[in-house]
Amino acid sequence: MANFISRGFTRRRQTPEELVDRLPPGQYFERGFPVLTAGPTPHLSLGSWVFRIDGMVGGQREWNWEEFNQLPSENVPCDIHCVTKWSKLGTSFRGVSVDTLLDGVDPKGAYTMAYSYGGYTTNVPLADLTGGKAWVVTEHEGEPLPREHGGPARLLVPHLYFWKSAKWVAGLRVLDHDEPGFWEQNGYHIRGDPWKEERYWND
Amino acid sequence: MERLTPVEIRAPGEWQIATVTEVIDETPRVKSFRFDVPMWMEHLPGQHYDVRLTAPDGYRAERSYSIASSPLDVGQVELTIDLLDDGEVSPYFHEVVQVGDQVELRGPFTSYFVWRGETPVVLVGGGSGVVPLMCMLRHKRRTMPELDMRLVYSVRYPDDVIYRDELGDDAALTYTREAPDGWSGHTGHIDAELMRGPADGAGLAFVCGSNGFVEAASDLLVELGMGPSAIRTERFGPTS
Repeated sequence: MANFISRGFTRRRQTPEELVDRLPPGQYFERGFPVLTAGPTPHLSLGSWVFRIDGMVGGQREWNWEEFNQLPSENVPCDIHCVTKWSKLGTSFRGVSVDTLLDGVDPKGAYTMAYSYGGYTTNVPLADLTGGKAWVVTEHEGEPLPREHGGPARLLVPHLYFWKSAKWVAGLRVLDHDEPGFWEQNGYHIRGDPWKEERYWND
Repeated sequence: MERLTPVEIRAPGEWQIATVTEVIDETPRVKSFRFDVPMWMEHLPGQHYDVRLTAPDGYRAERSYSIASSPLDVGQVELTIDLLDDGEVSPYFHEVVQVGDQVELRGPFTSYFVWRGETPVVLVGGGSGVVPLMCMLRHKRRTMPELDMRLVYSVRYPDDVIYRDELGDDAALTYTREAPDGWSGHTGHIDAELMRGPADGAGLAFVCGSNGFVEAASDLLVELGMGPSAIRTERFGPTS
């Protein structure tokens, strides 16, 4: 199979040369920002929005929208990779580092389940969220995060496939075991590293 | 009833070389490709395959395509592919691929946007978003024809209707830009008038199309009384 050539196929899509090395295997360069969601887009009111850290923790934390926006935030320049094959390179978000959110929380487990308004879930090992690798973001390229892209706030874990970056995120539940979230129960890989092309269950 | 698809499938995930056995011109911009698949596995209606093309210099392009055929077609899958102007995989299929060609693919994958026999069910498709829905409809007709499944299908122009000969009384069609001469059915974007009948009593909806279409259709279904968790969506952007 390694030697298989598709008869008459040649490259048609040009990736800017300086970006070629930033494209994981099987991905293509996309200038837009496609929307992919498993259900209708939820309508959330900022007045009732809260973000929680709960589960197996020494101390549960909760912020309302106003409190959340007072947390120290940072710009996050990043590349994002969707399991449906598109990658958006050189984009940016702004938000609060998960390290900041976990400060004083004392997690008792090594796994988490991110959960969202609307019922979406996705599992991420704690090690993939800490050490400056993940954020809860409220802006995209200088603008408030649009609703269709997960606004008011989404998780951002750019080193994993983008389904891990839960839209409309409502909290992180710390667990002592790994457990498949929504897409992980429905055929997608339990971890989802784009550089290892971990798309589906058996990859 | 005895031919319901299994509840869960673990796809082999291996790339395999399938052979094109038939190319069907559906519309000027849409073709269906039937493949013989050596490591074929029964799919759930709504699932997809990944296709991988490899150029002589090693360059590769991968895309996902919904399955259009019933899993009763043992050993075969049909993928319906919309030609996208700035794409690189869809133009290859449209301009190069012919019967007898070999194509690398793997699947079937993912088990959320899949129909497992629920009824009554409403299917809402925009443009080539009808493909996974036709898989459900074809399978329903061959396994449980009496079962209540209705299709709402939105296209822009008369030329855009995919699977034209298979749209029966259970399909409500609308033309958003231009209707054929003599058309007395619905025109314009999907609205409550078009959706009310097909959605009446439905416990589950499958909505597939562009993001804008899916947003509009699922908002309408919610307005007509469906719970958001009963609405499964699949969206495609202007990509590939």
